[in-house]
Amino acid sequence: MKLPKPRLSLALLSALLAGTVGAQWLPLGKDQVHDPQSPVIDILQAPGEALSQLPPDDAGNHVRWVDALRGGYIQPRSTIFDNTQVRLLDQDIVMRNTGSAAYVRFPHRVHTEWLDCSNCHDYLFQRKAGATRMNMLGILSGEACGRCHGAVAFPLTDCKRCHSVPADGQVGQ
Amino acid sequence: MLKKRTNLRRRLAWMISAGALAVLSGQAGAEYGDVVINNYSDQAGMRPAVFPHWFHRIRFRCKVCHADLGFKFQAGGNDITMLKIIDGEYCGACHNGDVAWSVENCDLCHSGKPGTKTQVHESTLQKLVAPAGK
Repeated sequence: MKLPKPRLSLALLSALLAGTVGAQWLPLGKDQVHDPQSPVIDILQAPGEALSQLPPDDAGNHVRWVDALRGGYIQPRSTIFDNTQVRLLDQDIVMRNTGSAAYVRFPHRVHTEWLDCSNCHDYLFQRKAGATRMNMLGILSGEACGRCHGAVAFPLTDCKRCHSVPADGQVGQ
Repeated sequence: MLKKRTNLRRRLAWMISAGALAVLSGQAGAEYGDVVINNYSDQAGMRPAVFPHWFHRIRFRCKVCHADLGFKFQAGGNDITMLKIIDGEYCGACHNGDVAWSVENCDLCHSGKPGTKTQVHESTLQKLVAPAGK
C-alpha cells in the first residue's frame, strides 16, 4: 500500500503542540482528572458546553474571560454576603525594570473587576509601586503575578499581554 | 527498491507522529485551572474532589471565594474538611442546598481519579517543565 506523505500528521502534531487541538475542552471522562467510572460523569457540565459560548482565546481555557465579563456573556456574582463591597480602582501601573523585554502595564481596573484589594495587598504586593521585587523565575514558580497567571488567569506563555508597552514609548506610573 | 525505501520512511514518519500524538493527547486533559483536592480523600476511601475554576468563575468573581470566604491562592493550602463544609465554611458557604447543591451529593464533587494528588492542573509550569502529574 502506498502511504501519502506524512505532512498531515506532522501538521496535526504541530497544531497539538501549539495547544490548538486535542487539549481543548475534553469530555470529563477523558480529561485524566475525573474518574471515568464516577457515577456523575455524565451529570456534571462538560467544559465545552459552557466555554464554547464565550469569546475565544488560544490558550488557557480558550476563553477571553475579561471580554466575557465586559461583554455581558457572563454575570458572575460579586458577593454572597450582605456586608461585603466591591471596590474598583481605575489606575494603571507601568513597570519599567524589565530588562530587554517591553515594559509591563498592570491595569488595576480589570483586576478589581474580579478581585478584592485584599487579595493582593499587602499579601502579594506592597501598595507602593516599585516596592515589590519580582522576576519571571519567581512568577513562573507561583509567586507574585504567578499566583493566578499560569494557574487560573491567562498563562505565562502569553508574554505580550503583560509586557505590552514598548520600552521607548510610554513611561511613568 | 528506491520506491520501497521511500514508503518505509513514510510509514516510519507516520508511526512516530501517531505515537507522539498518542503520548501528548494522553498527557493533556484537565481544563486549565482545575484543582484536585486530595488532602484526605484517598485515606477516607473517597474519590478526590475536583474543583473546576472555569465553572465557578462563570458564576462568581474571584473575590467571593478568595476574599470573602478566605480560600488561599494555593492548591492544598486550605485545610478543608467535611466538618467545616457542613458548618458552612469554605465550599459549604454555597454548597448548602441553598446557593448550590448540598453535601449529601458526595459524588458530584468527589469525582476525581483515585490517587490523583492535590494540585492545580495544566499550569504553565507543568506545561513547560514536567508532564501533568498523576
